[in-house]
Amino acid sequence: MSPVHALVPLAQTPGQDQPFQLPPIDYAALAPMLILFGVACLGVLVEAVFRRFRRARIQLPLTLMGLVAALVVVIWTASKRTLTAGGAIAVDGPSLFLQGSILVLGIVALLLIGERTLERGGPFVAQAAVTANTEADRAQAATAEGASEVFPLTLFALGGMMLFTTANDLLTMFVALEVFSLPLYLLCALARRRRLLSQEAAMKYFLLGSFASAFFLFGIAMIYGFAGRVDFKSIDQAIIGSSMSPVLLYVGIAMLAIGLLFKAAAVPFHLWTPDVYQGAPTPVTALMAACTKVAAFGGLLRVLYVAFQRAQWDFQPVIGTIAVLTMLVGAILAVTQTDIKRLLAYSSIANAGYLLIGAVALNKDGLSSSLFYLVAYGFTVLAAFGVVTLVRDADGEATHLSRWAGLGKRSPLLASVFTFLLLAFAGIPLTSGFTAKFGVFAAGISGGQAWLVIAGVLSSAILAFPYLRVVVLMWLSEPAETTPTVSIPGALTSAALMIGTLATLVLGVAPTLLLPITTKAAEFIR
Amino acid sequence: MQPTTSLAEAVSFASPSGALSSFWLLIAIPLVSAAILLLAGRRADKWGHLLGVASVGVAFVLGLVYFFQLHGMNNRQGVSLNLFQFMPVGRLRVDFGLLYDPLSAMFVLLITGVGFLIHLYAVGYMEHDPGRRRFFGYFNLFVAAMLLLVLGNNYVMLYFGWEGVGLASYLLISFWYLRPSAATAGKKAFLMNRVGDAGFAIGIFLLFASLGTVQYDQVFNNVNKLSAGTVTAVAILLLVGACGKSGQFPLQAWLPDAMEGPTPVSALIHAATMVTAGVYLIARSHPIFDASDAAKTVVVCVGALTLLIGCVIGCAKDDIKRVLAWSTVSQIGYMFLGVGLGGVAYALALIHLLAHGFFKAGLFLGSGSVMHGMNDQTDMRRFGGLRKYMPITWATTGLGYLALIGIPPLSGFFTKEPIIVAAYHHEGWLGWVLGTAALIGSGLTAFYMTRLFVLTFHGPKRWTEDVKHPHESPKIMTIPLIVLAVGSVAAGGLLATSVVGWLTPVFGEQVEHGENWWVTGFTILVTLAGVGLAWALFSKGTALAEQPAGPVVTAARNNLYTDAFNEAVFEMPGKYLTRALVFLDNRGIDGLVNGLAAAVGGGSGRLRRTQTGFVRSYAMSILGGALLVVAAMLAVTLG
Repeated sequence: MSPVHALVPLAQTPGQDQPFQLPPIDYAALAPMLILFGVACLGVLVEAVFRRFRRARIQLPLTLMGLVAALVVVIWTASKRTLTAGGAIAVDGPSLFLQGSILVLGIVALLLIGERTLERGGPFVAQAAVTANTEADRAQAATAEGASEVFPLTLFALGGMMLFTTANDLLTMFVALEVFSLPLYLLCALARRRRLLSQEAAMKYFLLGSFASAFFLFGIAMIYGFAGRVDFKSIDQAIIGSSMSPVLLYVGIAMLAIGLLFKAAAVPFHLWTPDVYQGAPTPVTALMAACTKVAAFGGLLRVLYVAFQRAQWDFQPVIGTIAVLTMLVGAILAVTQTDIKRLLAYSSIANAGYLLIGAVALNKDGLSSSLFYLVAYGFTVLAAFGVVTLVRDADGEATHLSRWAGLGKRSPLLASVFTFLLLAFAGIPLTSGFTAKFGVFAAGISGGQAWLVIAGVLSSAILAFPYLRVVVLMWLSEPAETTPTVSIPGALTSAALMIGTLATLVLGVAPTLLLPITTKAAEFIR
Repeated sequence: MQPTTSLAEAVSFASPSGALSSFWLLIAIPLVSAAILLLAGRRADKWGHLLGVASVGVAFVLGLVYFFQLHGMNNRQGVSLNLFQFMPVGRLRVDFGLLYDPLSAMFVLLITGVGFLIHLYAVGYMEHDPGRRRFFGYFNLFVAAMLLLVLGNNYVMLYFGWEGVGLASYLLISFWYLRPSAATAGKKAFLMNRVGDAGFAIGIFLLFASLGTVQYDQVFNNVNKLSAGTVTAVAILLLVGACGKSGQFPLQAWLPDAMEGPTPVSALIHAATMVTAGVYLIARSHPIFDASDAAKTVVVCVGALTLLIGCVIGCAKDDIKRVLAWSTVSQIGYMFLGVGLGGVAYALALIHLLAHGFFKAGLFLGSGSVMHGMNDQTDMRRFGGLRKYMPITWATTGLGYLALIGIPPLSGFFTKEPIIVAAYHHEGWLGWVLGTAALIGSGLTAFYMTRLFVLTFHGPKRWTEDVKHPHESPKIMTIPLIVLAVGSVAAGGLLATSVVGWLTPVFGEQVEHGENWWVTGFTILVTLAGVGLAWALFSKGTALAEQPAGPVVTAARNNLYTDAFNEAVFEMPGKYLTRALVFLDNRGIDGLVNGLAAAVGGGSGRLRRTQTGFVRSYAMSILGGALLVVAAMLAVTLG
């Protein structure tokens, strides 16, 4: 027995001298993740067996079927509440809701990823290993079929995200973090156009992500030192019962939070976000903005609510300060952006701040409003990036804002949709943005965090400016000679746009469709 | 007669039964007709006016049925019907509730009866107007709103109807919206009514704040629980509303300008019905006014002052419709005087209101008939000698004129003279002042109405050159004229005795003052003097254009400078206030906002420099952030 265990009477130590026994596993509870990972492996096999030009046609329906099947299982088991796999996996209200959200948003993102009509061969490079800006690169950019490996990679990422939201101990959580991060690093590097930018983004994301993971791992070590265990229930009990120095606990919380806040893109761990959002292929950016956000906040919520709730008086001020900084810095930096993808990246940072209000509130309202916010924001941001994929010129997407001038005159329908989405980001009533913001602000007030809400309202006011600037640019400026054409969206992009926009509208007009579900789901088990 | 409740006893309304349970149809029928006319568009152009007339006709028949139903009931205090909950908000519960009692029954008959005749007349009058369907749509809308006003069983319903008639009035004054004068007059009416409506609304708020209800029965039963100050405040605020709608001092200036609308509008809305809504409001709220002597004194003073203002200005105007408009202002002044005196004078004021509805509508329609024959000329200086050409109009207008100035045995005599008597019966020196004002008003009324009648129908022709052969109006216009004239003659005698008894359940049993032959005789004398003077001055005709005159006449021609006063006291400070605010907004608030925006923009530009694009500096900042977070955690917990 290690000395640590001897010092921690609360932890039920499994005898290390006893033979290891396989814990009972509830396969039904794990089925959604198993389906995703299984279909992803199948996808890898497809890559190996079929010829290049047929792969995409097989991969897209296969992936879609996998996601839908997993979603069906999640809905099927919606009332399940259990700990399984030796307490490593918690299947409860929030995890099932978040898994469902990741799957639904993932399906919409997949529609963007699978779109092949906007550009010959799709938005992804054919062979990522070809050196950028060479003759071979130009040839493949013009004609070759895009890499279909993106489909299994997406599935692995989504599966990892789902595992992340259900992980009930820190080690499983770390594994899940890496499982969903690695495919994302790869996906970021696969843009067909502007490949150097794409590769740079992937490199930055990978380096900084590893850096943040190291903090996370270090935090696990600290917590283990404090509690002697890494599962959340034991940590929760150790906070009142442990005789170890609380410095271990506080440093541990801080380190874990850094790892999680990095993925959530909170200030000052946000610096990667604009570069990566800009460089990555736009469908992948949409996937990250919607699904990664859900996963990161799902993990953060579980860690804060389940493991560390008893220490809330100690970490609330620190995370609250980070929330304020995140909202204000995101909003202020959005003001001077000139690239639509970077603008949306800073908007995503500011939205992470609003979500942190719900996370720091640490009450049932905070949890349910965060769940609502994640879904509402996910749909809106998917649709917004969907629009970005459509505004193109000969060199691919035209993301500089000056190119969007007068878009309302050229293609009023698309500009109307984008205007509506921007209004949703700004939180105008009758859009889901309003309901979602109202929810987290109300939870913040009831959780005694009025200062966060004040900062939130102020930053919303600042943030309205860049959004409205784009609206003004689209509608009130004369179209320039260089205003790009708007491609006619294919069926997949149209569907994604329609789902995202309709969800934004419906959740704004009739939030009661989703609110009872989030309220019912807002209960963790330990 | 029934054993009647005196005012101190509880007011309670029964539930309707039998035919009365459907009295909401009174409002619904014209409302549906208005909706059809306004929504159907040009498809309804051919038959729209017929539908408009028919809906009011049906409402009148229904009104008669309900009237006799109520007449036959043992307890005539009225029936109340709650259709649905209108505003359930916190402590406030307002039902869409209606009340049919003797007072509303009387108004229903006036509105639908006179309304039907004027609708009929308008079919002929508006025949050549391309907007006739729209006109009847608005007209039906007005009737529906006016019926809601008198049929509501709480103050919010009253206010609902109040605003509805305001809207209809605005739409109809500016019916010929391409004429700048009509558009301006509509705006003026709307704005001045807003002043009154704001007072009315605050009065309702005050009622709700102090009693927690706006239902008539609950308010009236609890008035005695209010402090004297509150009652007076509520009463004065209601009076402000009443003054706005009824064109009483100091909010009288909009009513004469409202004559820019088509003449049937002037007859129905701005003479017979809507402008009497203020009288209705005060009569309906009589328990509140009875509880405050101060408020009643204010009401009688407003009434007396307005009746004199109306008479004086009426004498100096040359436009036939404006003379009638100022006459309306003055006659409503008599009604206010009546309701302000209280007691038996409530019923007197309402009888005068009914009779006035007949003869003033008849006079307006008569003036419309004259204008119809004279190429829309309204200047009395350019009429003259029309008796031969328009015998029916001459006869009906003549009867209306005699009724208005109160020549016995026409209706005005039976309705106006008792108010003068009642004024003299008021206690103290105020009674003498009020009575004398009413008496002088009576003489002035005789003067200006005689002037109008003589200049129009008698004396030499002073027509403009484009008028060759003035003609009598078609039958559809003259028949309503005849009916209204018969009403003017007969109404007085019939109404004077029976209406007091009919209204007893509303106002309680009252002691008659008895006759005062001195006053009666003197009133007739003053009236005849006014007639004689006007006849002597104008039977030989008058100059074709306005002549220079002394200071009194000039002042009267300029509406006693009340418009100038409004402009100087309200409009100019308002203009300067907006200018000052614009200045403050540009320099102060915009400066602040722009400054803030510049600060945010500058901050954004500076913060952007942290985004260097170098991964090493990003990692540095993550490390720095991590150190700060750890330090902060430790500082919070251990510090």
